[in-house]
Amino acid sequence: MSDAFAFNETYRARAETIVARYPEGRQQSAVIPLLDLAQRQAGGWLPTEALEHVASYLDMPKIRVLEVASFYSMFNLEPVGKNFVQLCRTTPCWLRGSDDLRAVAKDVTGCGLGETSDDGTFTVVEVECLGACCNAPMVQINDEYYEDLTADSFKAVLEALKRGETPKPGSQAGRAGSEPTGDRATLTGAGEGE
Amino acid sequence: MPTVTVDGVEIEVPAGVTALQACEMAGVEIPRFCYHERLSVAGNCRMCLVEVSPGPPKPAASCALPVADGMEIKTDTEMVKKARNGVMEFLLINHPLDCPICDQGGECDLQDQAMAYGRDGSRFEEHKRAVKDKHMGPLVKTIMTRCIHCTRCVRFATEIAGVPELGLLGRGEHAEITTYLEKSLDSELSANVIDLCPVGALTSKPYAFVSRPWELSKTESIDVLDAVGAAIRVDARQTEVLRVLPRLNEDVNEEWLGDKSRYACDALSRQRLDRPYVRRDGKLAEASWDEAFAAIAEKMKGLDGSRIAAIAGDLCDAESMFSLKGLMDSVGSPNLDCRQDGAKLPTGTRAGYLMNTTIAGLETADAVLLVGTNPRWEAPLVNTRLRKAWLQGGAAIAAVGPQIDLTYPCDNLGAGPDTLKAIADGSHPFAETLKGAERPVVIVGMGALAREDGDAVLASARALADNCNVVRDGWNGFNVLHTAAARVGGLDLGFVPGEGGCDVAGIVSGAAAGDIELVYLLGADEIDTSGLGDAFVVYQGHHGDAGAHRADVILPGAAYTEKNGTYVNTEGRVQLGRQAVQPPGDAREDWSIIRALSGVLGAKLDYVTLGDVRAALSAANPVFDQVDQVQPASWDAFGAAGEMDAAPFESPVANYYMTDPISRASETMAECTREFVSGNGERTGTDG
Repeated sequence: MSDAFAFNETYRARAETIVARYPEGRQQSAVIPLLDLAQRQAGGWLPTEALEHVASYLDMPKIRVLEVASFYSMFNLEPVGKNFVQLCRTTPCWLRGSDDLRAVAKDVTGCGLGETSDDGTFTVVEVECLGACCNAPMVQINDEYYEDLTADSFKAVLEALKRGETPKPGSQAGRAGSEPTGDRATLTGAGEGE
Repeated sequence: MPTVTVDGVEIEVPAGVTALQACEMAGVEIPRFCYHERLSVAGNCRMCLVEVSPGPPKPAASCALPVADGMEIKTDTEMVKKARNGVMEFLLINHPLDCPICDQGGECDLQDQAMAYGRDGSRFEEHKRAVKDKHMGPLVKTIMTRCIHCTRCVRFATEIAGVPELGLLGRGEHAEITTYLEKSLDSELSANVIDLCPVGALTSKPYAFVSRPWELSKTESIDVLDAVGAAIRVDARQTEVLRVLPRLNEDVNEEWLGDKSRYACDALSRQRLDRPYVRRDGKLAEASWDEAFAAIAEKMKGLDGSRIAAIAGDLCDAESMFSLKGLMDSVGSPNLDCRQDGAKLPTGTRAGYLMNTTIAGLETADAVLLVGTNPRWEAPLVNTRLRKAWLQGGAAIAAVGPQIDLTYPCDNLGAGPDTLKAIADGSHPFAETLKGAERPVVIVGMGALAREDGDAVLASARALADNCNVVRDGWNGFNVLHTAAARVGGLDLGFVPGEGGCDVAGIVSGAAAGDIELVYLLGADEIDTSGLGDAFVVYQGHHGDAGAHRADVILPGAAYTEKNGTYVNTEGRVQLGRQAVQPPGDAREDWSIIRALSGVLGAKLDYVTLGDVRAALSAANPVFDQVDQVQPASWDAFGAAGEMDAAPFESPVANYYMTDPISRASETMAECTREFVSGNGERTGTDG
């Protein structure tokens, strides 16, 4: 079974680099990064063959690899669409309107939570905090964060993706990083902070 | 040695023990689910919480807390009680409250501990989670909704059984125990996870809904389905043995038991010989004991002793073999043998046919050479010791013989006698490994000895032991691994050919040639029964197997759960099996059958009770006096050097699940064979 999947040349080279970071006999420590490589190569999810390839690559029991892969929500054990949309639903994003984003996602992609669109373009899932609360609400699509979303801007992002374009990641409200919106509110005059 | 205080009582404990162990040493019981003394510490059930000072003012999991000098442990405070009550309430959130329909009921850790720490009602009003049951094979039934994720089964499979196929998938609320892709747990020790499971998630499939524990009468006995002699408890209801469980015996089986020894017991009520039979006009017909004895007496009348022979089988108790030997002596027959498989085991020197290192001693070995044996199938509990030697001591393990996955790395050095010879004469590098080891071990299996050149192989193994310094002061690393529970006992009491007598091969060929006219098979089914020619065959035993089919007279005996008997295991440990139920129908204890027959034949054996037999047995060989003990055997000469055939060694056990008349009659073992041995493990939708 494990013949069906094997790291291609690029990924094999990266796998070797990663494994070499660990002491001799501790190569199993590399299981998480290697699963990530395998997931990238396999198209965003981990088929059984990929899991078994990682297991044999690291000389560890298959069940141990499956334990790791099933523990972390970043690993997908079912096929996903080309754009893997992860809606943050934790409190800050929720207070800032993540429910609206969910409705937009359903509108544009046709996917409810946990569903993949028929054409395989989108998969929409709900996730816990992704650590970008300053720019709530946000979603992660594949490796990119899209932040400061509104129903309209999220719709634009999804539609661009639908057309095959790559919308600009980051804040959709024009912010750089997580600076305040509007003018500076602190350190504006001499003597402040004394 | 640190001194700790447990509930106000000061005790001194060995360094490195945990708070839980310290409490046990102080006689304080700590509730637990995940902690098990033979497995690694997981610390995930949180039931063993105690209060510890100095330390943070919160309960601590005692199973994972090493003691420190001056530590004060409190197990009876309000905080501890409240903490444990809390843990119990959380455990019961998702655990179904279905004890009345749960097979674990009555012997359930969770049920017991809920009596001490549980509430009288549930405060949980939300939905409980439900988990799909998993397929784990023909022995382990799963009701996974009951699982509390202690991971004892996962740790057992990984650490003890050496088959890392079980795991905990997912996390939190969605965590589930499963085998990889829901394949059967392919281990000879798989059913031990049932004993380990503290709740009713993993229960016994063959025993499902058969009985409640309080309905069973429990008899402590000894297993005879391999030569390890594991301590067992036979659970029976009225006349039927319903299950067999392991008992604790640190020297032999620790607390584990092989699947065959545990589950072949369903065969004890199948294919039984429950009345005497006599062959009339080519057909076996039911008969009375008198008729059966008369038929034998008539055949024996005037027959010279040299034309009579006896073969003892693999499951015989020492008393019956001793009685039969007495009978053979009194009719003047030298033709008797207890080595059905033709193993060339020495008859005089005890060290030449024992596991001298002892089973527990194996785990201290640092270099091991297996010769013609597959311990995983011949003696799974010996294999766990070897695995432990590798796991804990990093023992170098190598094999001459079949290449098998033994659950630990094993270097296959070669297939047959040539390699053995090379190691013996020092030309093979492994000889240096053995010489350089502190506690070297050589294990010779029946695959090396049960062949024409077995004598020469044994001599070569002996030479290897001498040359590689395997036997030294205070350490005897030479071992013979038997496959038959009766074998060592038979050799100890001298159930071997007398002066000028025939061994098994001689008896069979003699019978074929017509030189031997009467063959007495005492539970012997593993010989070539079709090759006995026109000889008159008496079969005494408990199952309708090969021997009974060939027999002219069948004398129904008792199986190991139906008689008190003495067995000597592969390390030479004399152990007493005890009667749990009555033999079925007209069947009788075996020694008493032979004694009764001796009366009819006019060669009456002079004992009346089992005690008399045992006294005579002890007089014949004082070893039998030392029950439950291993007598070190002196390293005297054995084996006869000679030419060895180059043919590779092969394990005598082709199918772990069916090796004897009992396991061959077992439905459960047949299912295991289908699942694990015949390779038909894949289930289809129509399998049900």
